Amino acid sequence: MSERKLQQITIRANGVSKKYGDSVEADFVLEDVKLEIRQGEFFILLGPSGCGKSTLLNMMAGFVEPTRGDIFVHDQPVRRPGPDRGMVFQHPDASLFPWLNVRQNVEFGLKMKHMKREERRLISNRFLDMVGLSEHETKFPHELSGGMKQRLQLARVLANDPEILLMDEPFGALDAQTRSVMQAELVRIWLHTNKTVAFVTHDLNEAILLGQKIGVMSRSPSAHIEAVYHVDLPYPRDATSTEFVELYKDIASHFNVTGRSDGVQVGAFPPSLTKLGGLP
Amino acid sequence: MTTAIRALFKWILERGILSWLAVLVIWELVALGYHNADLFPSPVQTFDGAIRLWSNGALLKDIGISSLRILAGWLLGTLVGIPLGLIIGTSQVLRHMIEPFINFFRFIPAIAFVTVFMMWFGIGEGFKVALITYTTLFIVALNTMMGVVRVDEEKIRASMCLGATRFQIFLYVIVPATVPFMVNGMRLAMGNSFAAIVGAEMLAAQQGVGYLIWTSRLYFQTDWIFVGLFVLGLMGFVADRLITVLSRVFLKRYGVMDGATAEMRL
Repeated sequence: MSERKLQQITIRANGVSKKYGDSVEADFVLEDVKLEIRQGEFFILLGPSGCGKSTLLNMMAGFVEPTRGDIFVHDQPVRRPGPDRGMVFQHPDASLFPWLNVRQNVEFGLKMKHMKREERRLISNRFLDMVGLSEHETKFPHELSGGMKQRLQLARVLANDPEILLMDEPFGALDAQTRSVMQAELVRIWLHTNKTVAFVTHDLNEAILLGQKIGVMSRSPSAHIEAVYHVDLPYPRDATSTEFVELYKDIASHFNVTGRSDGVQVGAFPPSLTKLGGLP
Repeated sequence: MTTAIRALFKWILERGILSWLAVLVIWELVALGYHNADLFPSPVQTFDGAIRLWSNGALLKDIGISSLRILAGWLLGTLVGIPLGLIIGTSQVLRHMIEPFINFFRFIPAIAFVTVFMMWFGIGEGFKVALITYTTLFIVALNTMMGVVRVDEEKIRASMCLGATRFQIFLYVIVPATVPFMVNGMRLAMGNSFAAIVGAEMLAAQQGVGYLIWTSRLYFQTDWIFVGLFVLGLMGFVADRLITVLSRVFLKRYGVMDGATAEMRL
């Protein structure tokens, strides 16, 4: 614990609020969000659909401006997107460049920096290898499977060497098997590259498999980070271990117990996730 | 052997040869019903007319001159229309300023401008090329603009995260993402160019397929009119195939698709 305290704070939000539209009556999607993500940390933003967790991530990226307050990266307020913060989007078809082949996609950021061809090649080789796409370098995105497309997104971002990885439900659209392979791969790559990761998901199981810290968000309107859980389990994690299950129950109950005055059941995770097992 | 025959039959079917044969039969039957070559020449009579026009070189000359006029105007219109569409699509201020005008002028068919264009650009080739440039310009610009507006927000955001500058985003993301829309606009514009050139050649020309169709009427050479109509269809078909095949070969990676992508029509 004391060790972690020494780590520098990379991302900080103190009282960030967001609403869309200017009208006074418009609800705040996010209100008074407080958050600290330390250097090299794997931080999960967990919450039900529509709670504003992607909005929060988009504000970290600089795509969306907070209505009140600021998000700070190394004590500098985020004003615009930058190469220090790489984003892996949920939908690869919308974010990959279909007219570039796999290697050219990975080299995009390097080319924007006017890096020489040979240098680009060395770097793209390394990351294509890391995500296991070396044999597919001349293919175009539409020739890849969903999992491969997400590997490509990851490689494209990593090749640009950002300090922070922002990931917006990147495995949400994958089938269960591919998803669990990708989760294991991501942990391996993260341990290897030591990036700071902010990862958005609504999947509690995924949150505990991946995160060192889990920021549990309340439901919108006026969503905020209700609690932060520390996950001190070693990687790779075993979803059937007692500690895992205990933590799962803890966080899930946290969602279910948070009753709402209007009687709506909170914590509506996909039913499949209430069953444990079958995952590595 | 049977597989070869089946393959041949499939080939014939796919090329639309059967449908063309059907058209010829129906044409022949209608012509028989009229029984008057001045009113409705049969396929054979039309073919004879085509042979006559071909043998003295008139037909080839008309085809050549019309094609050159279309090509010149269409290329010019494309060269202006693509940058215009890119600029209008990229700048919201410009879009709000220019879009109403585009949506106003695109309802004025090129042919309505014949008289003023003749005064401005001269009675020779100038006004004909100008007419086609005009009609091409709007369709290409409008389609290109639509393409720019429809570029996925995620692609732009991704490139910002990868350190691209505004100009780099324009050049390396917006332009390539818009290519299918440009080609689509060019294909549609080709159709309108034919309409414009035939109109212009009927009203003021000494050569060209439109002129052929118009003057043949004076001599009651209905078979020549039919030849002109057939040639127009053939020219359009060839032009469209050329655009499709060329863009499939050279622009495949930009996702240019065959047919069925037509979205903006004039």
